[in-house]
Amino acid sequence: MGHQFTTLTSRVIPLPVDNVDTDQIIPARFLKVTDKNGLAEHAFADWRQDPAFIINQPEAQGCTILLAGDNFGSGSSREHAPWALTAWGLRAVISTRFADIFKSNALKNGLLPVEVSPEVHAQLMAAREQSASVEISLDLESQTLTAPDGSKITFDVDPFAKHCLLNGMDQLDYLVAHKSEIEAFEARTGS
Amino acid sequence: MKTLFEKVWNDHVVNTEANRPAVLYIDLHLIHEVTSPQAFQGIRNRGMKVRRPDRTLATMDHSTPTTPGLKIVDPLAAKQLETLVNNCAEFGVELHSLTSDKQGIVHVIGPELGRTQPGMTIVCGDSHTSTHGAFGSLAFGIGTSEVEHVLATQCLLQHKPKTFEVRFEGTPAKGVTAKDFILAVIAQIGTDGGTGHVLEYTGSAIRALDMESRMTISNMSIEAGARAGMVAPDDTTFEYVAGREAAPKGAEWDAAVARWRQLPTDEGATYDQSMTIDVNTLEPMITYGTNPGMGVAVTQPVPTPESMKSAAARADLEKALKYMGLEAGKPLTGKPVDVVFIGSCTNSRMSDLRAAASVLKGRKVASSVRTLVVPGSKQIKREAEAEGLHTIFTDAGAEWREAGCSMCIAMNGDQINAGQYAVSTSNRNFEGRQGKGGRTFLASPLTAAACAITGKVTDVRTMLP
Ligand code: SF4
Repeated sequence: MGHQFTTLTSRVIPLPVDNVDTDQIIPARFLKVTDKNGLAEHAFADWRQDPAFIINQPEAQGCTILLAGDNFGSGSSREHAPWALTAWGLRAVISTRFADIFKSNALKNGLLPVEVSPEVHAQLMAAREQSASVEISLDLESQTLTAPDGSKITFDVDPFAKHCLLNGMDQLDYLVAHKSEIEAFEARTGS
Repeated sequence: MKTLFEKVWNDHVVNTEANRPAVLYIDLHLIHEVTSPQAFQGIRNRGMKVRRPDRTLATMDHSTPTTPGLKIVDPLAAKQLETLVNNCAEFGVELHSLTSDKQGIVHVIGPELGRTQPGMTIVCGDSHTSTHGAFGSLAFGIGTSEVEHVLATQCLLQHKPKTFEVRFEGTPAKGVTAKDFILAVIAQIGTDGGTGHVLEYTGSAIRALDMESRMTISNMSIEAGARAGMVAPDDTTFEYVAGREAAPKGAEWDAAVARWRQLPTDEGATYDQSMTIDVNTLEPMITYGTNPGMGVAVTQPVPTPESMKSAAARADLEKALKYMGLEAGKPLTGKPVDVVFIGSCTNSRMSDLRAAASVLKGRKVASSVRTLVVPGSKQIKREAEAEGLHTIFTDAGAEWREAGCSMCIAMNGDQINAGQYAVSTSNRNFEGRQGKGGRTFLASPLTAAACAITGKVTDVRTMLP
């Protein structure tokens, strides 16, 4: 069984920093684990040492959407990054652009990367600045984001990842179902 | 008319369906201790086997000590390493553990053993898998879920990326190396300039490079946001691969070379994007900020926030300069440094060590600087020692360590302290990458060695014969 995602409504955590790399999302010294558990406390471990960091604020608690800056998740391929973010409680990240590997990892862990235009991003950020209690809704089936002012914005999702998330399907099952094609490929190419 | 990338991609597509990613066959799967435990557990939970142990190769590198004697003091690291030993034994995967004389950084040993070959698809749960693209293979980093996919099925689900030609023309001046080429590219296009693309490095300046330099360039493709970087194979490539342990032999070798000669991009094939770098004008590069795109020629001033085009870039730079404790508008030259690290999958091969040794020979590192030289593999360590490089390093006052990732990732005991400055030949200057609160300047082995001697950021050209 894979991770499922259908709809979500939540207050948001603003993180208006560009180029947040996965070393910031979870520093390497916490990668010595051999399972996926217990990573919640290591999400943004170094930045969290600053009491003023947003994740430490009362209004961040219970939020499931992170409103991040441009080029989120660059650098290391560590899947510990989405593991840590989801363990902390996040279910979606909104940005103007995601690094390729992070996006692929996030989608496999029920963490929805939502890419919006810089204009929409600025509008969402402004709404959150006005009030910490504003909410954003996400609907994967219709690929719509509902902004605090009620406006609806559509976003792109890879159709296959969408199919898997809506149905809670594990991508490995799809590969396993191609066993005969894989065998034929190996036979044909002498692999 | 096809590009190198398209040829390798097409050769490995097992299946395509509308609205579904391609099922791509993987020729070589490299494994290390950090990103594999949960993947092995995943296939164990499903009652599956490793489909092709013969196409899987494991090593230990990230959390291993590099101190002489290799004593593992961290119980978590010890458990992670033991888990890899057990997983490889259970699933029949070849492992180069700390006791193997072929152990080393995963992206160093693949090519060294001849496992990395032109035209292959290669993956590893590590973003610097792009290194192997130097051989004209399609090589990219994957997450742990995908490691599980490849262990179970020898395949991956992939969307076809776009292509981006990065052409280097000209002849570099003395003191300018492959590391400077790639730092210049990333400074120009940014850490997301290659997102969604596979880079192909072309041009006369690439043809003139040896394989180790090509690996340095391909290695850092990911720092430009590209998952992979490729160099078309040529005689330089074939000479490097020939005779290595896993290289084809005899008639098979001839057949392989004939096949590999078909791989280069066809005349007239087009890329989705292109750029050209004139290497004649390049200078030694150094980074000043907290991502690899924040780099300048060593003589140039650190940019000022006011010179940035957007508010976001301004904020990004201000944040970086604050973390780095640097003043904008001034060159880095003369800035005192505490640590020099020569190593990592970017720059820990023989040519890198020889370059560093050429500067360090007969000189002493500044007494205020801790200098670490960490070979990329045990094989490199032996070769360097046979050449006497280790005595050049130790005579100069540098530490000569065992093979591993070491201070590149600071999860194995080697790290810099908060507030310290390091000149590093590795690939990432992210906040805390080399130790919590540590500050990293990325540069070439030549530049790093020069900085070790003066104890300051230095233009190596002032020290070359
Ligand atoms: S040397 Fe650094 S970048 Fe390379 S594999 Fe090791 S940790 Fe990763």
